[in-house]
Parts: sequence; structure tokens; C-alpha cells
Amino acid sequence: MIKVVLPPHLKTLAKVAGDVELEISGAVTQRSILDALEARFPMLCGTIRDHVTQERRPFLRFFACEEDLTHESPDAPVPAAVASGKEPFFIIGAIAGG
Amino acid sequence: MSKVRVLVGTRKGAFILTADGKRQNWEVNGPLFAGWEIYHMKGSPVNPDRIYASQTSGWFGQIIQRSDDGGKTWDTPGGEKLPKPGEFPSGGSNKFVYDTSSETGKLLTTHQWYDGTQHPWEFKRVWHVEPALTDSETVYAGVEDAAIFRSTNGGQSWHELAGLRGHGTGPKWQPGAGGMCLHTIILDAKDPQKIYIAISAAGAFRTDDGGKNWRPINRGLVSPYIPDPNAEIGHCVHHVAMHPSRPGTLFMQKHWDVMRSDNGGDKWHEVSGNLPTDFGFVIDVHAHEPETIYVVPIKSDGEHFPLDGKLRVYRSRTGGNEWEALTKGLPQANCYVNVLRDAMAVDSLDSCGIYFGTTGGQVYGSADGGDSWMPIVHDLPAVLSVEVQTLR
Repeated sequence: MIKVVLPPHLKTLAKVAGDVELEISGAVTQRSILDALEARFPMLCGTIRDHVTQERRPFLRFFACEEDLTHESPDAPVPAAVASGKEPFFIIGAIAGG
Repeated sequence: MSKVRVLVGTRKGAFILTADGKRQNWEVNGPLFAGWEIYHMKGSPVNPDRIYASQTSGWFGQIIQRSDDGGKTWDTPGGEKLPKPGEFPSGGSNKFVYDTSSETGKLLTTHQWYDGTQHPWEFKRVWHVEPALTDSETVYAGVEDAAIFRSTNGGQSWHELAGLRGHGTGPKWQPGAGGMCLHTIILDAKDPQKIYIAISAAGAFRTDDGGKNWRPINRGLVSPYIPDPNAEIGHCVHHVAMHPSRPGTLFMQKHWDVMRSDNGGDKWHEVSGNLPTDFGFVIDVHAHEPETIYVVPIKSDGEHFPLDGKLRVYRSRTGGNEWEALTKGLPQANCYVNVLRDAMAVDSLDSCGIYFGTTGGQVYGSADGGDSWMPIVHDLPAVLSVEVQTLR
């Protein structure tokens, strides 16, 4: 069971209060995490990655284990601590005013 | 007793204002979707409890929300359902994908950019939702980059009416300061095949066959800020309004100029008349008097605030040309707000109510056709849109 931390606006949209826990079979990668997240919460489709290109939306970042995973390959394994559920996978909105 | 429900979209959420038919005491609910930009909300004329909302964000993209209980609760249409095992998640309610199918036979991939070069079409957001007049499951969406989409399943999925982009003038369309948006959709109550739309900055278009084929309807518009002031395409139309009982008569607030057409847009003529400035964004028509129209003049394209710091609605009872300033209850000094294109609406009570919202966060209402005004709320985030439902 892995843990995902959503930014507040997406928590509201998905109607969840805390961290999201997801069961993933097979390799735990950014892609498999996002696939599982969108399967569980269909309303998040298109909010993190583009519907068609599947590319990350430009103002979002992925962090875990105090590392910036944003520019890692979507098919690269995430750190073992994320895959084991010890550490969460953070989806972060870029900081901006207004 | 009759009620009115005013739907207000702002930069930081949505608000619903309700009052009885006297329209003196208002209940304010919100913010809904706090922190998100709500470009537009509109209720179905068939089922007023069904309301569609365009919720958008530079971070998270486009969301379509729908309420089936008059705005008390909301859901993303279809997005609340868990997919069955092995089924790909739906999440199609926010999926606006331009039509590139061979069926249209007219792939159209670029429009004009600010610097005159060609630029690919990129979906950004929904500016306007327009529920159908006879079916609450059908709803249209006007989007940026400019295109019109239709849903026939209550917003669960969307399909582009690609004939609009496909008729050949797309490479001449260009964005205005707010983006290249399709912001106005008018459905003809007497002819369901006829739809009018407007785009900044391309102009107005009409279909006579339910959206398959479109043609520009900009003859008579003159825009000195484009290379050919009389061009068929390139005019920055800010908003268009039509009275349901007069489907051929259209009123337009262009970038500069207030215009009128009496033949469905085939030919326009200017009706700015004695307006102190004819730049502006909103225009609307009285619910019971098809020749009574309203605009809010703004100083200029470079100074988006009222002339002389006085917020004045102008009313013409003659379908244009002769205008009177309506000021009672509106600030007449030091007012430097704007009123955006979708931020005026009218109710249909016997004494017609007029409502508009400002970029300063005020929503003003008049229960007497504009003779006097009162602020319903005055400290909301910048108002992007105002719609009203008359509930009987």
C-alpha cells in the first residue's frame, strides 16, 4: 500500500481529507501511481497530467524522500521507501501568488 | 412566491445569491470551489435545479461541475463513479479534446499568434457553458483556444462541433488580451438548428444546421486596429445578446462600438449614439422589452475602468442610439472597476431585475429595470460572470 499526498485543491476535488492510500501491483512508478490514483478518483483525470499526451501539467511537481522526482522518467521505479509505503509520494502545486 | 437565484463566478470561487421576488434581502452562499477560478455557471432552463459550472485553474486545468439540487451539492458528472474492475476510469467530464478526425476532413491545427505567426490550438479552459433550451442533458461549452463543444449526457463527455474551426478562417483568428476565447453562445428559441457564437478576436459566427457548418457574420463591423478594418475575420467581439422573442435581432458590444443586427448577423450597424464611450464588455436585453438594452461603458481599451471614476449603466429604450445614464445607487466617484463580458444578467420577474458584477468584487442588482441599484455583496473576489435564474 503506497501513500500519496495531494495538494489541497485536489483533495477537495477528490473529496478526501487526508493522505490517499493505493494498492499497486507490479512496479511502482510515477505512471503506475497516477494510473491507480485516477482509477480510484476519476475526477482527477486531466488535473495532474494531460488527457491526451499524459504529460505532467507544467505547474505540478513530484517529490518523495526529500528528492525532486519531477523530471524522472514516468516509468522509472520510485524510491523503495515509497514503494513499501514507508514514505509518501507528494504531488505539489508550484508556489505562486494571487 | 417567485425567487431569484444569482450565480456568481469569481477568481476564487463561486457564490450563489438568493432572494424572494422583492429582491431586497439576499442570502449569500459560498464560496463554492474555494480557490478555483469559476469562469461561468448557468442553470438549465428545462430543469432549474440543474446547474453547470466551469471550474478552472492554471495548476490543475479544467473541471466541469454539475449540481442537480439548485447548487446545494455538486459533482463532476460521471467522475464520482468508481470504475468497474478492468475498466479505464471515465473522468471524461473535463476532457476537451479538439476533433482531429478524418470525418471532418478539415484538420486545422494553427491560428494566428500575437506576433502574427501561426500557433497550434491548445485547450486552456471553458469560458462559457450554455445549457440547451429543451433538454437538460445537452449543454454547450465555449472554450479557449476558441472552439465549441457539446455534451448530450449532462456533461459526462464532450465532443467538438468541429465545423466551426474547420470552415477555413481559423488561421486568421487571433487571441485578445484575455486569450483566444469563445465566450458567447446564443441558442435560438424558435429554430433549434440556429446557434450564434462569438470569439475574441475573430468575430461572430452562425450555424443554421445545428453546428455542422458555420459562417462568419461580421459585415458592418469596423475595427481600425486590424490591418483591414472591414475584414471578414479578426474583430474583437466582446459580447452579444438577443431577446428570445426576437431571434433575428442581435446586440453586440464590440471592443469599441455598440452594434445591432436585425437579420441574424448578416449585416450590422452601429448604435453607440450618445454613449460617452463605446468601449465595454457587457451587453444585455430587458426581459420583457426587446428594444431595451443595457451596457456599461468603460473608458478605453487601455484603461479598463469607468469614465471619470463613475460607475454608470447606460440604458437604451430604443434599441440603441439614444442612451440614458443609470446612476442611482451606483458609486459616482473614485470607482475604477471593470465589468467583464459575462458579468451581466436579467431576471424575468414582472419588474425586470438587472444584475452585474465587477472586478472589485461587487454584485449590483436593480429590481426596477435599472432605475435604481443596490449592492447585493461588495467584497467578493473579482467577478468573472453573473447569471440569474427566475424560480417560480
